[in-house]
Amino acid sequence: MNKETLFGKKLTEIQELVKQAGFPSYTSNQIADWLYKKDISSFEEMSNVSKKIREFLKENYEFGLVGHSKVEESSDGTKKYLFPVSLRKFVEAAYIPENSRNTLCVSSQVGCKMACLFCMTGKQGFQGNLSAGEIVNQLRSLPERESVTNLVYMGMGEPFDNLQAVLDSTEILTAEWGFAISPRRITVSTIGIIPAMREFIEKSRCNLAISMHSPFEEERQKLMPIETVYHLKDILKVLQDYDFGKQRRVSFEYIMFRGINDTRRHVNELARILNGIRCRMNLIRYHKVPGIPLEGSDDDTIYDFMEALRRKGIYTSLRQSRGVDISAACGLLSTKELVKMEAPDF
Amino acid sequence: MSRESIPLPPELQMKPTILLSQRMVAPGVYLLELKKLDEFHAGQFVALALEQGGISRLYSIASGTSEDFISLLYDVKPEGLLTPQLSKLKKGDRVFVSRPFGSFLGDQKPAWWIAAGTGIAPFASMFFSGFQEHKTLIHGARTLDSFYFEKDFLPVMGERYVRCCSRETGPGIYSGRLTEYLRGVGEFPKDQKYYLCGSVEMVVEVRDILISAGVSYSEILAEIFF
Repeated sequence: MNKETLFGKKLTEIQELVKQAGFPSYTSNQIADWLYKKDISSFEEMSNVSKKIREFLKENYEFGLVGHSKVEESSDGTKKYLFPVSLRKFVEAAYIPENSRNTLCVSSQVGCKMACLFCMTGKQGFQGNLSAGEIVNQLRSLPERESVTNLVYMGMGEPFDNLQAVLDSTEILTAEWGFAISPRRITVSTIGIIPAMREFIEKSRCNLAISMHSPFEEERQKLMPIETVYHLKDILKVLQDYDFGKQRRVSFEYIMFRGINDTRRHVNELARILNGIRCRMNLIRYHKVPGIPLEGSDDDTIYDFMEALRRKGIYTSLRQSRGVDISAACGLLSTKELVKMEAPDF
Repeated sequence: MSRESIPLPPELQMKPTILLSQRMVAPGVYLLELKKLDEFHAGQFVALALEQGGISRLYSIASGTSEDFISLLYDVKPEGLLTPQLSKLKKGDRVFVSRPFGSFLGDQKPAWWIAAGTGIAPFASMFFSGFQEHKTLIHGARTLDSFYFEKDFLPVMGERYVRCCSRETGPGIYSGRLTEYLRGVGEFPKDQKYYLCGSVEMVVEVRDILISAGVSYSEILAEIFF
């Protein structure tokens, strides 16, 4: 039988297991400290923890750190890491270095259930949820972990379809007993699963990003099937009803598709629906997915669109495309070739 | 800010209703009927929970809009937090449902309805609501006992109802996956809508087939399981 992994447990869970085992309560903080603040990979290295407790941990738990099995480096310095996860599956994480900001893009699921038309991850179907430990491991086992300044949950999967693991992972990343990363440096991106989004807003202090891609319901549902379930207008209503304060950021992701969502009509509608929401708009160049009849907007159109939004008072930026040559850019992460497909039900 | 400070959208607020009946229609697959609380459009779904504030899941309504009940088709996920208990409920038990919502809606226009497994539910609702004219229904399943509502569909839809079975064979059944069937269709009407309902794997594969056959992505409307 596989042992549970210790890496990925929250302090409250560690406290519980320490209590159950009858060890002194201060041991929990020592264990959390070793797991999340020190550079070790085995129980033996927990030098201020008694031998008896280390033996107990070794007998009952796996440590839980898993190194990458493959890395590809882009000509622009972006690196794409392949991490093994449970049940012989894999996820990708992208490390994106910039001048003063080094971003790690982590995955929350193996594959994705959301079937967005423009996304490569969706094309591999869904193979499973990551645990909190498997999410955090993408940072902890990253060779460049010390230089990471920002984390974004924009890799494989829909984070709010795996909400509890995502919440647990952000707690580990932001807690003083954990990695103690400022929640302002962590952004979780969703297509807008409303019940989970509400819970996230209430329970986490991390930033929130919404994949929008069109302000019009009918157009959005052709790009993103989730729109038939949770409408953008209802997502916006939830955001309008909540005071995010001055620090916490809400942003919208908007991939620019030629002739689909890049017109003045879209600018006007965006200005209308975002009125009253303190937010920023991130425009993203479309990275072509094979077999999908969508083209990216040209640069002139993108810059015109950006300027038009700014003139409407919407803080707008254009995200640099990074790691395109190694398929690490937005919408291109996939481990489809490594997936052992089960017999489908159709 | 307290949890209560973000209001739940009205369609997700749960109300109690009574279970009228429940039966197993195939191994591990159940059809339950609940007292109808709200009017709905064919193709919509409800969130269902066993208790107020408890874990909820979304289920497409499978019954017609004129019935005084709503029926839901679901398969039991052995590791799931809701369906194992749901399957044990009996007539008269109480569950909580949201208002019907969603915009995967049927209408009278010609269309193809393409479903896998329990993804047949919204099309059953459209069928029972009188939208079956000018429709082609393709249903894929692993086993012959998984063609839910076939006794209703067959006499009305005739050859416009295609059952594709990937693991068993039977009279009138296409032997193979529904995606194999679709690849053999050749020409798809370009002026019709294509409604897809099933797992992400099915939706993505069928969408790829349709697009590569010249169907515009804007004519494809998908509903996913999640």
